[in-house]
Amino acid sequence: MDLTLDEVKARNAEVISEALSVYPDKTAKKRAKHLNVYEGDKPDCGVKSNIKSVPGVMTIRGCAYAGSKGVVWGPIKDMVHISHGPVGCGQYSWAARRNYYIGVTGVDTFVTMQFTSDFQEKDIVFGGDKKLDKIVDEIQKLFPLNHGITIQSECPIGLIGDDIEAVAKKKSKEYDGKTIVPVRCEGFRGVSQSLGHHIANDAVRDWVFEKGGDKPPLFESTPYDVAIIGDYNIGGDAWSSRILLEEMGLRVVAQWSGDGSLAELENTPKAKLNILHCYRSMNYISRYMEEKFGIPWVEYNFFGPSKVAESLRTIASHFDDRIKEGAERVIAKYQPLMDAVIAKYKPRLEGKKVMLYVGGLRPRHVIGAYEDLGMEVIGTGYEFGHNDDYQRTTHYVKDGTLIYDDVTGYEFEKFVDRLQPDLVGSGIKEKYVFQKMGVPFRQMHSWDYSGPYHGYDGFAIFARDMDMAINNPVWGLTRAPWSAGQ
Amino acid sequence: MTGLRQIAFYGKGGIGKSTTSQNTLAALAEMGQKILIVGCDPKADSTRLILHAKAQDTILSLAAAAGSVEDLELEDVMKMGYRDIRCVESGGPEPGVGCAGRGVITSINFLEEEGAYDGADYVSYDVLGDVVCGGFAMPIRENKAQEIYIVMSGEMMAMYAANNISKGILKYANSGGVRLGGLVCNERQTDKEYELAESLAKKLNSKLIHFVPRDNVVQHAELRRMTVLEYAPDSKQADEYRTLARKIHENVGRGTIPTPITMDELEDLLMEHGIMKAVDESIVGKTAAECAVA
Repeated sequence: MDLTLDEVKARNAEVISEALSVYPDKTAKKRAKHLNVYEGDKPDCGVKSNIKSVPGVMTIRGCAYAGSKGVVWGPIKDMVHISHGPVGCGQYSWAARRNYYIGVTGVDTFVTMQFTSDFQEKDIVFGGDKKLDKIVDEIQKLFPLNHGITIQSECPIGLIGDDIEAVAKKKSKEYDGKTIVPVRCEGFRGVSQSLGHHIANDAVRDWVFEKGGDKPPLFESTPYDVAIIGDYNIGGDAWSSRILLEEMGLRVVAQWSGDGSLAELENTPKAKLNILHCYRSMNYISRYMEEKFGIPWVEYNFFGPSKVAESLRTIASHFDDRIKEGAERVIAKYQPLMDAVIAKYKPRLEGKKVMLYVGGLRPRHVIGAYEDLGMEVIGTGYEFGHNDDYQRTTHYVKDGTLIYDDVTGYEFEKFVDRLQPDLVGSGIKEKYVFQKMGVPFRQMHSWDYSGPYHGYDGFAIFARDMDMAINNPVWGLTRAPWSAGQ
Repeated sequence: MTGLRQIAFYGKGGIGKSTTSQNTLAALAEMGQKILIVGCDPKADSTRLILHAKAQDTILSLAAAAGSVEDLELEDVMKMGYRDIRCVESGGPEPGVGCAGRGVITSINFLEEEGAYDGADYVSYDVLGDVVCGGFAMPIRENKAQEIYIVMSGEMMAMYAANNISKGILKYANSGGVRLGGLVCNERQTDKEYELAESLAKKLNSKLIHFVPRDNVVQHAELRRMTVLEYAPDSKQADEYRTLARKIHENVGRGTIPTPITMDELEDLLMEHGIMKAVDESIVGKTAAECAVA
């Protein structure tokens, strides 16, 4: 029995007040600003964002170090990223986010390795600069094929005031101008991982672009050079995106930062267009390159055939007819394959309702892919979005969608319990809570060890995975025998 | 451990904390008290008059050399000095690097775990200039110093510092039970010094526990890396420190919760005693040239 739009809105408003009713007054007042029922004609989602989480709740957010080391810098494969500080931060972010890469790990690529300065009490008291100096020497000796080093600051570095910039400059000089990037991404800075993205972007600006000077490009430019910005190649996402761009006649000169290299970062100022997938984590450097090098940037969305086609046309609109024709050719080539995927899965997924809670671009970007399968997203929210993300979200969500910014563990459970979606897409910490509630779940940070989900190839996998989660026969067996017949 | 008195000396840098505390503690040792001095200043100069040494090997420098503080034994860090006063120095990093505050915390935890306080009648902490961070507040937290003695003089900056330290004490007074034992005025021969010190003490809800007059014998003793008590035990100055020691010994349990005052109140105090003229608000922020024009 489907509810009318007005009934949906009334129910969602009621669910929000129910959730708020258990909080102390001050908390309820604060959290109320982050929860809303989207009104279709508004220019944003009507929620506050990028504000400190309320103490005492379970927030799903990360920290600035996670934003820099885990997201932006970590996937740059030919650089060694030092987790500078006590061992835990590096240990628990070891192996990264399934940012696939090509290369020989431990020889010329290092993404899934963990490098840490493993701070001890004496490093805190006497400072860790000498140790950092020595670590750089050890890295040079043990991994001579590394192309650069980044220093990812953990909290104590900022507290004790270690001068990592001085060490970076000194060691760079000792090793013939080697790129060594100090990143001030101490975890206590900012309200979420979002500031870490910004700090990491600024470090690229200061220590790769500005310090690198005007190096001659390592390649001969063509009018069709583009850089993929903000694709972390989770499960191979950037690869399934790149082939489409290449098929339409463009040349991808850099991937930021999944399967990316230092040389690709350095070459990007020679690109003709920056195409930006994850706006949240890399809009800063895109804007900088626009101002400094005059490179335009355009956002795109490679989730689901509708958005892929739309995005290919948008990207092509920045180029000549050859590329525009190329885009049409690519779309025409893949459309029958997509039709087949939809013909297979849509009957099994049509009308299913989805609730999302993820970070970056996905709370809005994946909606189109679900809609291509006849599914409906009835609730969504960002871990660390800003107001500009919520403005962009209005192009995706329907009137009456439940919006929850920086949702708390309690609120999310409450919302899912009341809205009873057919699928929840969120992270590892949420997965088992909802599966135990009997709700099908997909991890939408790591694609649940699957993927890629980007591009046409990705959509076929996405559709299969959603079907696998929702139509798994196990959900018919979750009722306890003694409660049968109730 | 019953009856262990834990005290701490705080005060503006250069005011004579270390000199005053070592002389006073030497006098307490003369009274038969068993003393442990814990130096909490990265400069590690809190025990030189007792040990006749330039600088003692510090807990933190030895820990860094050995690998970690867990690798140390108490004997490695503790030295015996004048009248069997036991001395340890926390030490710390060179100026401008690392975290000296964390060093104080590490050292004090080490001493407690190793039973350094066993058998002592007095533990005295000598802490650098101001309560700049949580680490340097370590000695005034719960189960540490019961009474704080602030060494000050009639100079304005010393009084500011005394007031600031009182703020630090107040913060921990309710949660941890630390009290302000009193002010020790180390004479600098400024105008109306005694009256000023006494009224500041009153404002802070405390007392001027002793006014230590200036005497060059202190410098003569210091040059020989000795306390006055040891160098010139019959001098008048030695008796002053004995008096202070006796007053501190009898001051057990008489500490108070301080009532720090505002900057304005402090300036009023100086004006009351005629040290400072009433500020003409119209000249604030004006250069000499500007004032001449006006």
